[in-house]
Amino acid sequence: MTKKIKSISNPKLKLEILTPAEVRKIHDATLWIIEKVGVKFPSQRALDIWATNGAEVDRDRKIVKVKGEIIEAALKKCPPIYPLAARDPNQDLSLDGNHVYVGTDGCGVEVIDIQTGERRTSKLQDVIDVARVADATEEVAFHWVPVSAQDMPVESRGLHEIKAIWENSTKHVQTESIYDAAEAKAAIEMAALITGGKEELRKRPVLSLMQCTASPLGHDGGSLDAALLAAEAGIPTGFMTMSACLTTGPATMAGTLAVGNAEVIAATALLQLAYPGAPVFYAAAQTASDPRNGAYTGGGPEDFLFGAATNVLSDFYNIPLSMGSFATGAKEPNWQAGIENSLSTFMASIVMSDMLLGVGFLHGSRIWSYAEMMMDCEIFSIIEKTMRGIVVDDETLALDTVAAVGSSSNYLTQKHSRKHMLEIFMPQFMDRRPYNEWESKKDDARDWALAKARKILAEHQPDPLDPKISAEMAKIIASVEKKRTAESISSR
Amino acid sequence: MSEELFQKMSQSIVDGDADAAVALAKEAITTGVPPLDAITKGFVTGVNIVGDAFGRGEAYLPELVMAGEAMKAAVTTLDPELKKQGTERRTLGKVVIATVDGDIHEIGKSLVATMLGASGFEVYDLGVDVEIEKIIGTALNVNADIIAMSALLTTTMVKQKEVIEELDKEGLRGKFKVMVGGAPVTRDWVKTIGADGFSEDAIGAVNIAKQLIGAA
Ligand code: B12
Repeated sequence: MTKKIKSISNPKLKLEILTPAEVRKIHDATLWIIEKVGVKFPSQRALDIWATNGAEVDRDRKIVKVKGEIIEAALKKCPPIYPLAARDPNQDLSLDGNHVYVGTDGCGVEVIDIQTGERRTSKLQDVIDVARVADATEEVAFHWVPVSAQDMPVESRGLHEIKAIWENSTKHVQTESIYDAAEAKAAIEMAALITGGKEELRKRPVLSLMQCTASPLGHDGGSLDAALLAAEAGIPTGFMTMSACLTTGPATMAGTLAVGNAEVIAATALLQLAYPGAPVFYAAAQTASDPRNGAYTGGGPEDFLFGAATNVLSDFYNIPLSMGSFATGAKEPNWQAGIENSLSTFMASIVMSDMLLGVGFLHGSRIWSYAEMMMDCEIFSIIEKTMRGIVVDDETLALDTVAAVGSSSNYLTQKHSRKHMLEIFMPQFMDRRPYNEWESKKDDARDWALAKARKILAEHQPDPLDPKISAEMAKIIASVEKKRTAESISSR
Repeated sequence: MSEELFQKMSQSIVDGDADAAVALAKEAITTGVPPLDAITKGFVTGVNIVGDAFGRGEAYLPELVMAGEAMKAAVTTLDPELKKQGTERRTLGKVVIATVDGDIHEIGKSLVATMLGASGFEVYDLGVDVEIEKIIGTALNVNADIIAMSALLTTTMVKQKEVIEELDKEGLRGKFKVMVGGAPVTRDWVKTIGADGFSEDAIGAVNIAKQLIGAA
């Protein structure tokens, strides 16, 4: 049976974080940056595309300067709405501007072991386990590769990771850990096995790709080549800026928004120039560096504001947004994690960012915690409920019931109460017990969240992937590994 | 009179004002102040003030980095004069630092480089995405004491290992101390690859570097 997926839609809450005039000013500043300062595209293929499309290309420095009209015309070709397909079609997600979906966070390097509680290096089995737990929750709508499979060969690691997720979940897979052409090509072939061909894959992309930009004002060559291959195959592709006030962006927020925007829309325009109409998304996780030590904050007022402001920009370009929220800098699930993850997710949700990344991390996107994952899911549920706002109509004003109760008894005796009681949010991880019960156990949200994850992992059986498809995928991976080994021998 | 000049030199570093630092360095040369004194009694005092304040959490990164830049500008101006007089600036030691091949994460590496520079090391910062041959080659050329490598990706941290293996192979391992760092680098990894030092932040990196050269 397909599990339902929870998303925010038809929200009643609204926020105007930037006025239309301010958005315009950021856009104009962005075009100025792209035209006058330029953006680095260290990929032969990307530079060639820019050159044929009228950009000023400095081949030595790999810097491209592009007129605003060219960027604007290219961006007009982006499709505003498209689906992220899932292995189970009932779990397809629509990026239509009226849904907010949550994914797992990605590329962690360590895991708090679900059984021993010990912190250790991540491996393939962790990718498998997280995928299974995520498959069972209704909050996680799609996957990122949660942690790196460090026990797999470097050249094919990204492929082992997506295979593991497909084998253990029916939901959409977005990978942020494939950033070279060879792996991207293989990943697309693997995805086509699921849909039964490349043409079907174009219609039902069960895979999407996220690439980081290289702030300030640059890109990674491998990422560009991988993104171009994906765009060619109709695989939704996004560029994520992580530009940070003070280090990779100006100290001021507006400047950092413009720098990050320049990175993202220049690369997005490149994909449209190469493959007009290719499904693309805007991705961002801007932040501020701590002036005291340069630390990546993963939370704080700047993150919250960026979270809301970026969707206004992506709406201006009429493309879906994948926004970094959650990702607390806290070392364990605690006060800091609660504040950072709630506020960042709330601010990104209230403007209806299409995808939020993601649940499960501690220590600024480095350490996976199952307890944090479950609590992050609850944060999303709380926000989802909050976003529905207050419905005001005759049924909810309930005047008949008010008259019946008057000032005599209470509302527990009323049919209206029975009818609506389940609309009241009942948290799984908040302590509403009598004090003495807590005192005798001294347990809390973290214990319950971990217990829930353990139970899911022990009991949940995801719909298996056809073993024949698995075997074909393994062959594709093996051929990538063989090719790399041959290359490295011949280059010696 | 020099006292006043030294005071101004120190202040130019505290202000992070490279232009002023260069002008004061030139003034030292024309007025015959020994360049080594200009550095040790003048500019270095400023670096220490900023470095200490940063360590106490009372100065912030741009101040530290700009102090480092101003210091570099002053030393570059004084260098020809130092050479002419046959004197040499005594530093704690030479460090070659880089983010390894395939990795473009820059911030952490640069902070470590800045802090090492501010603490009296002579730092050769090779930037990001630097090949093994270049790291080892530079270390040999400048006769470095320490090779420091940053890696932020699980896929690139293996390069730290490869550098150490290469040093072993070439019989150079005894010549350099090797320090590593970056998000995925753990104590276990440091042990596995046989590096000499590791730190999770820039201030810790300075302490380790000092220990490695026997200055702590
Ligand atoms: C900012 C950032 C980027 C920026 C870098 C911008 C720049 N110009 O430097 C950009 C956006 C370009 C980027 C790109 C990518 N990134 Co990145 N990035 C980060 C992030 C969020 C912060 C890094 C940072 O600057 N921290 C602040 C500085 C001050 O801290 P630091 O680097 O850790 O350095 C300190 C210490 O580690 C130590 N130290 C560092 N070096 C050294 C060296 C020595 C010798 C010593 C002693 C100490 C030491 O001292 C430093 C100062 O305190 C980290 C997550 C994190 N929290 O670390 C991910 C992270 C490192 N990135 C990650 C990934 C996956 C990528 C990409 C592959 C993403 C993609 N899909 O395209 C690309 C790779 C590009 C490439 N080829 O290198 C992963 C790596 C995990 C993994 N599994 O390998 C991380 C952990 C995030 C995540 N979970 O996804 N990234």
